[in-house]
Amino acid sequence: MKNRILSNKLKSIFICSSLFMGAMVLITNCNPDETQDVTNFNTLSMQDEFDVDGAPNPAIWNYNIGTGQNGWGNNELQYYTDRPENVIVEDGMLKITAIQEEFEGSGYTSARLLTQGLFEQKYGRFEARMKLPYGKGMWPAFWLLGANIDEVSWPFCGEIDVMENGGSKPTIVSGAVHGPGYSGGNAVVKEYEFTDSRVDSEFHIYGIEWGPNYINYYIDDVLYNQITPEDVTGDWVFNDGSFFIIINLAVGGAFDGNPNENTVFPQTMYVDYVRVYSAN
Amino acid sequence: MKNINLKYNIILPLVGLISVVMISCERGFSDDVELATFPSTAEVFTDTPVGLTDEFFISFDPAFGANTNGFGTDDNEAYEGSTSIRIDVPAPNDPDGGFIGGIFKDRGEGRDLTRYNALTFWAKGSTTATVGLFGFGTDFEEDKYAVTLENVQLSTDWKKYIIPIPDPSKLVQEKGMFAFAAGSQSTNGFGFTFWLDEIRFESLGTIGQPRPRILGGQDQTAQTNIGTSVPLIGLSYTANLPNGQDVTVSATPSYFDFETSNPFVASVDELGIVTVDGPGQGGDNTAVITASLGGVEAEGSLTVEAVDIDVISIFSDVFANVPVDNYNGFYEPFQTTLGGAVNENGNNIIDYTMLNFVAIEFYGRDGSGVEPVDATDMTHLHIEFRVNETVDASDYINMELHNNFTLPNGILGSYQITGSELLSNEWVEFDIPLSSFAGLTSRDALGMMLFVTDNNIANLSVDNIYFYAEN
Repeated sequence: MKNRILSNKLKSIFICSSLFMGAMVLITNCNPDETQDVTNFNTLSMQDEFDVDGAPNPAIWNYNIGTGQNGWGNNELQYYTDRPENVIVEDGMLKITAIQEEFEGSGYTSARLLTQGLFEQKYGRFEARMKLPYGKGMWPAFWLLGANIDEVSWPFCGEIDVMENGGSKPTIVSGAVHGPGYSGGNAVVKEYEFTDSRVDSEFHIYGIEWGPNYINYYIDDVLYNQITPEDVTGDWVFNDGSFFIIINLAVGGAFDGNPNENTVFPQTMYVDYVRVYSAN
Repeated sequence: MKNINLKYNIILPLVGLISVVMISCERGFSDDVELATFPSTAEVFTDTPVGLTDEFFISFDPAFGANTNGFGTDDNEAYEGSTSIRIDVPAPNDPDGGFIGGIFKDRGEGRDLTRYNALTFWAKGSTTATVGLFGFGTDFEEDKYAVTLENVQLSTDWKKYIIPIPDPSKLVQEKGMFAFAAGSQSTNGFGFTFWLDEIRFESLGTIGQPRPRILGGQDQTAQTNIGTSVPLIGLSYTANLPNGQDVTVSATPSYFDFETSNPFVASVDELGIVTVDGPGQGGDNTAVITASLGGVEAEGSLTVEAVDIDVISIFSDVFANVPVDNYNGFYEPFQTTLGGAVNENGNNIIDYTMLNFVAIEFYGRDGSGVEPVDATDMTHLHIEFRVNETVDASDYINMELHNNFTLPNGILGSYQITGSELLSNEWVEFDIPLSSFAGLTSRDALGMMLFVTDNNIANLSVDNIYFYAEN
């Protein structure tokens, strides 16, 4: 536990210095007449290190169960459960496992965890350290949805995809935003390619820093994208309210297609930690 | 849209990187660091050969048809730089040799390749032909760590190929830098040209999912006589490439570490030769042979059951087989059955489709000289079936054994296996007393084995067919 605190402190220092240098880089890349809002996020507001074996902490995590509408809107093939076969904390990690099995009319099972109603926050740094599954049809994701989704519906609530990966592309991940006028196939998205690593062989830190009128996308120490109101073809719905976190492993569907004969099951998504920071 | 794609905050990550590298040094190289005193040159060919023997290209033996004329360099084609290797693949009837192939060999005492995890090169073909093999580790000495990627299709533009090294820690002194072999099988006998460039060993963080296999990844069982040896076959290594595609290479046994679960029954040496040493203790006459590669457990295993039997084997990977005429007699006009002996992931089996009836013949058909089998001293027939479709209880396999087949004094014995004894897509073993073959009053000249299903079972695999008697 001592190490954790130490590493968090180091992390904060790291983030501060990162932000400082990031700001310098941003400034040199911006037009001189543009102004840049920069916020430091160094107050830990939520943290799950997944150190307690068993089911995930019920004070933080809920589940979506079942198949949703049309496979959660994407023709996904899995049935989400909260069974330990599909979601468990052990070895200091959250493990979400996709299994090929007949279950309640679906050919696969997996899990989808969310913090809706338990942890919701506006702005901040949201990050997770994860090692992802592999194989065609695997669709792991770490993302945020606007907490007002039940009032205004999707996509008006806004969606921030911190990380999505298609299992057939083990070196490529992407980050995106969806909102009114820029959702689904018209989302604002950018890919990031690992040149000397893979998503399934090593843990990487996937994060965003989200503040007024900007979302910065990070992988490990690399800032690879910034999305601002200028980049979206509709209303910027990310200054309005709190968002909650979703972590899931989908099987099949729109993002990477369906599994094929070479896809190996079971496949597990490993989450070492989820940490959220807010501004001072 | 502002797309910012810059690395920043270099120093802290670098410190992290250095510590990670040092940790992995401690783990990965440990004792070998002292031993590995050979150069670790990565390049094999850039615009010129790098550190190779004066011959550069050492051909396979022309006595076996290798053509030594078609190898050279080309200053008009290169992926990078000025020069590539040009290989002209001959037609099969070329008097100077019908295929081309050979190796590039280190000119010194070998290289330390432990820091790399792949051989990479760029290739381009005059047509989209298939090259028989690319690889490394063949040195025409021991070929101890040979790795081959087989049946590689070329593109007519330059394309990069990646051959993963199954376990780089083994390659502390490797001389076999590159190997290839190509014929015109894929081009209907027409010769073609291909070019190679930028051949080098690399350390690629983008390769993952190592999956070693023995016996084609299958769990196999074999009854084996004490004192006999059987090689483990079907050794391979699969990795996932940066583009998400799997690649599978053949790897020599020296990459694997083999293990026996029961040394009182069987041992296995570093070349994957399994020897049945004894009957076991406490009534346990089985040993499971498994393997690992670079700390990853290999798929596939061999369960050896030590026996003391006399065997006359018709079809098996374990025993020496007697000569047979065929595994499908193709009896016209009523037979619909197709298929015969096939290699299924390193395991030789017999595979039938559209089965109504089919014969295995071993009596000397058409004057072949094959001798019938004298099974007088044998007591049982061992045979394994896998039904490659759903099985109903009412399905059957009617077996017949024919003595003095085609002769006037010929007789036959029959035995029925019912659907309730069979499983769908799983092997089932049978040990049938020869006395159970109704009507088989003598068995001194068995020459034909018949399987009749009348299409109830249309897709059937058969394996490990032998007569035996317990001593």
